[in-house]
Amino acid sequence: MADAHTAHSGESHGSVGSYLTGFVIAVLLTVAAFGLVMAHSFSPAGTAIAIAVLAAVQVVVHLVFFLHMNGSSEQRWNNMAFIFTVLAVAILIAGTVFIMHDTAINMMSR
Amino acid sequence: MLGKLSWSDIPFDVPILVGTFAGAAIAGLAVFGLITYYGKWGYLWKEWLTSVDHKRLGVMYIVLALVALFRGFADAIMMRSQLALAYAGNPGYLPPHHYDQIFSAHGTIMIFFMAMAFMTGLWNVIVPLQIGARDVAFPFLNSLSFWMTTVSFVLINISLFIGEFSQCGWLAYPPLSESQFSPGVGVDYYIWAVQLSGVGTLLTAVNFFTTIVKMRAPGMTFMKMPVFTWTVLCSAVLVMVAFPILTVALGLLGLDRYLGMHFFTNDGGGNQMLYLSLIWAWGHPEVYILVLPAFGAFSEVTQTFSRKPLFGYNTMVYATCSIMVLSLIVWAHHFFTMGAGPNVNAFFGIMTMVIAIPTGVKIFNWLFTMYKGRVEYHAIMYWVVGFMITFSIGGMTGVMLAIPAADFVLHNSLFVIAHFHNVIIGGVYFGYVAAMNFWFPKAFGFKLNEAWGKRAFWFWFVGFYFAFMPLYVLGFMGMTRRMNHYDNPDWYPWMLVAAFGATLIACGVVCQLTQLYVSIRDRNLAENRDLTGDPWNARTLEWSTSSPPPFYNFAVVPTVHDLDAFAHDKEAGIDTRAAGSDYQAIHMPKNTSAGFFIGMFSLVLGFAAIWYIWWLAALGLIGVIATVIARSSDNDIDYYVPVSEVARIENEHTRNLMAAQAAE
Repeated sequence: MADAHTAHSGESHGSVGSYLTGFVIAVLLTVAAFGLVMAHSFSPAGTAIAIAVLAAVQVVVHLVFFLHMNGSSEQRWNNMAFIFTVLAVAILIAGTVFIMHDTAINMMSR
Repeated sequence: MLGKLSWSDIPFDVPILVGTFAGAAIAGLAVFGLITYYGKWGYLWKEWLTSVDHKRLGVMYIVLALVALFRGFADAIMMRSQLALAYAGNPGYLPPHHYDQIFSAHGTIMIFFMAMAFMTGLWNVIVPLQIGARDVAFPFLNSLSFWMTTVSFVLINISLFIGEFSQCGWLAYPPLSESQFSPGVGVDYYIWAVQLSGVGTLLTAVNFFTTIVKMRAPGMTFMKMPVFTWTVLCSAVLVMVAFPILTVALGLLGLDRYLGMHFFTNDGGGNQMLYLSLIWAWGHPEVYILVLPAFGAFSEVTQTFSRKPLFGYNTMVYATCSIMVLSLIVWAHHFFTMGAGPNVNAFFGIMTMVIAIPTGVKIFNWLFTMYKGRVEYHAIMYWVVGFMITFSIGGMTGVMLAIPAADFVLHNSLFVIAHFHNVIIGGVYFGYVAAMNFWFPKAFGFKLNEAWGKRAFWFWFVGFYFAFMPLYVLGFMGMTRRMNHYDNPDWYPWMLVAAFGATLIACGVVCQLTQLYVSIRDRNLAENRDLTGDPWNARTLEWSTSSPPPFYNFAVVPTVHDLDAFAHDKEAGIDTRAAGSDYQAIHMPKNTSAGFFIGMFSLVLGFAAIWYIWWLAALGLIGVIATVIARSSDNDIDYYVPVSEVARIENEHTRNLMAAQAAE
């Protein structure tokens, strides 16, 4: 219902400037990731870690500049949702690494 | 031009499928003919297919679920009859190629299109009414979700008559599901159907999470929220966390199949074990997504028919939230035998046993709600009591399977099949049927026939034990799942018992259909009609409005004073409806056909991509994008219901109420 779309209280919808800043940073991070792989400047494992770090920063950039997350009190629900998401993602990644690493050691598949 | 599609893909040589097609075609033509004969196409299109009203979408979801139940149950009967026949020298009537498709389709349809659609239907019918809202937060997305789910079910049924379905089980484990071993279109049908319905499920969860967080009636704090709404909230959170994992896992499998990548292949550095981890990181939360709303329904039914408030509301809420979090850290118990060491297996085994604790808390809460209550054994209560017995057995065999050492004996045996049917039929299905019987008068204004409801219950309840207890025994005897023929004489009698049980369940399904028919036939009898809107003397807000509710649900948004708002108002003598007060014009969303068209274009996209008809897939995709843009630039999406119209509808209900009170 239209009420739900017009009655936002205190939530920032951003400006052209903030969208442009976010866009430029996002492009730089993407180019950096491609550059790292194409330049072969790190070892394969080092490249993988570097891309992962760049991806994580990219996520934060999107959240701040495009989804308007910040520490203000109106954002309590957004921040709670974000914290829960981080928890769920951490469980998934840590659990998968735990399982796959243990399996690889136990089965001598690596 | 037509990609892989040719005449030889139509299975003219399989008599069962030709017969099914003839039957489906005749039934379909009959339905079309009747709608045309009575001139109802306009009504159907304007009032239902393009509706954004959550109550109508909910009803359509449940109709979809019942159709899916029929299809999935037909598969089940075929499996049981095959195994009752295919012993020793008799090959049965289903060759392996066909049998493998049947068990894959049975699992996929029952979970994604029966259980998920039924659950979404219940969310739709109940939640906005229960929290005192006039609709969901995003009514158009709700309609879109429904159509994405529906076209996915259509897609899966197209696979019956054009091509084939997956033969890799309901989770399509690689490497079997890779193109090297499954070169046909079956797995592609599976991937596209599940992915498209996943879009609908995810949007529904976002919609209901937003609705519950943002649109509760004034005064309804979180700890005054009805238990059913709490369970939907937790279930929606789990959908938002878990379904993206499924989308990614199937997306990677799709990249392997379509673009020759090597995520899960045997060669090229792939690792199929990663698929198991990912799919179950979705799959285990999924079963809690399904069962939490069932728990919510049991809570509402138990307190209503015990004539006292729910025992331990707070512990019920905390138990629901604990299950929500714990369900994210148990997934490895589905593959204890994959080869991880004792560290992994011990951790996930213990977590699995821990999750049984909040579930046990809930069982005790329901028992204590009934204890010293004035329990009315209505047909709906039968399903609740049947659930408590059956689900407890299923929970205990689940804890047995959570012991890794025991799992090494039981893994992939019929014991596992017996266990999860024990919890899904005994927990999820009984819960949804109880909910359908309980909230049916709210949606339609008349009650379901009780005698046929009891008959349906007894056939389902007894049939369940005959059909699945033998599978526990067979599991201990070493019979593995997904076999279509066996030679062991010890297994044969148990398979006959299981087939008999399936026949009893079939009688239960027939009783349920009869119950619907009889109830619709007798809908105008005085004892069946619900003029008051509160046929069970229930406790929550949805019962304060008329049955069926006006399309705007509440003329005056109710103010909540206490947990079980409507029960509080009845005791305190407050008129929750505020009848006769100064009505305001009500702001409502307009119906839209955009969801229908996006769904249809998605169907074209999915079908074309399955058959590698790329020009048609491109057209489907363009259609989806164009419809989304057209809908986004449409500003004429809402309107106001004039005060006179609101007053007319409300006064009519007030007259009904007074007539009903006078009759008592």
